[in-house]
Amino acid sequence: MKCGIVVFPGSNCDHDVYHVLKRVLEQEAIFLWHQDTSLRECDLVVLPGGFSYGDYLRAGSMAAHSPIMAAVRRHAEAGGRVLGICNGFQMLLEAGLLPGAMRRNRNLRFLSVDVHLRVERNDLVYSCGYRRGEVLRMPIAHAEGNYVDTDAALDELERAGQVVFRYVDADGSVAPAANLNGSKRSIAGVCNARGNVLGLMPHPERCAEDVLGNGDGLALLAGAVRGPLLGRGGDEWRALVEGERPAPARRFDATPDRGGRAGRLAAAVAGSKS
Amino acid sequence: MARNENGYLVRVLVYPRAEVLDPQGRAIEDALGRIGFDGVERVRAGKSFEVSLRALSRAEASEAIDRMCRQLLANPIVEDCSVEWLSE
Repeated sequence: MKCGIVVFPGSNCDHDVYHVLKRVLEQEAIFLWHQDTSLRECDLVVLPGGFSYGDYLRAGSMAAHSPIMAAVRRHAEAGGRVLGICNGFQMLLEAGLLPGAMRRNRNLRFLSVDVHLRVERNDLVYSCGYRRGEVLRMPIAHAEGNYVDTDAALDELERAGQVVFRYVDADGSVAPAANLNGSKRSIAGVCNARGNVLGLMPHPERCAEDVLGNGDGLALLAGAVRGPLLGRGGDEWRALVEGERPAPARRFDATPDRGGRAGRLAAAVAGSKS
Repeated sequence: MARNENGYLVRVLVYPRAEVLDPQGRAIEDALGRIGFDGVERVRAGKSFEVSLRALSRAEASEAIDRMCRQLLANPIVEDCSVEWLSE
């Protein structure tokens, strides 16, 4: 699958996403510039994390009005896949491609820590590699991740099943102490009604290789590029994802390690290119 | 400036909506209490923008400012916008 990663002035997770898509999952991946007006026929568009435009005005607000976003909007409206991670999620909210808004974290601090997430639905391409109710560990790194909307809008979001990930404790229970940024209803990630646009604050690209000691995020990116095939092999894939826990990292090696849990998943994706 | 256009100077004030938690305002409120301002009941932290623009009429300028507020200066889900005319 052809993947485009949009680079804004201030993006800083663009190369991490590129690394996972290109080298771990062995997909065609290119960088797109925020001033481009074409997605160059990419099937998946990723809006990466960072501090686009220095977070001026509101996080993601300037990027949401940059030239490439018109093309991203057309892609999303046509059913194309759009994944926004962290600052990219903030852009999707500011652009109105996803509902809601972000406020400063409840404690006013920048939070850089691993959190637990519960998978609320696994019928999306992005989440089909997980079990419903599965608890994942992923890093967050943000100052504005305090998700908010009106109560009526949140009720509608829940009713429509658009909450995809929630902050939970290690046992998978919603708890105020596990909801570090103060998000309404512990919401960590939401999708649009059609399910082709996903935004989340945690960083799956930072936990997508066994060598990093955590491969929990790989299935999300693998699903984003291989989703259609999972209708057939969903169980098979989940078995790969659920296999033994990855061995602790012993060495750094630029070559992706194929032996562990994430490695087997990566090998399966790379071996069945579209 | 085109022949029939006038210059306008407008101040746009953006505040968190009343029902939205304002963690910055709350932190400032707490700090004011700590340094002895016992009478402080509420602080809302917002933003102020001064916009100078050209338009054919005040009505046209007003309409443009409204659109700026909706599209960029404020996020209507969490913020309210108000406008003060500084010159016309």
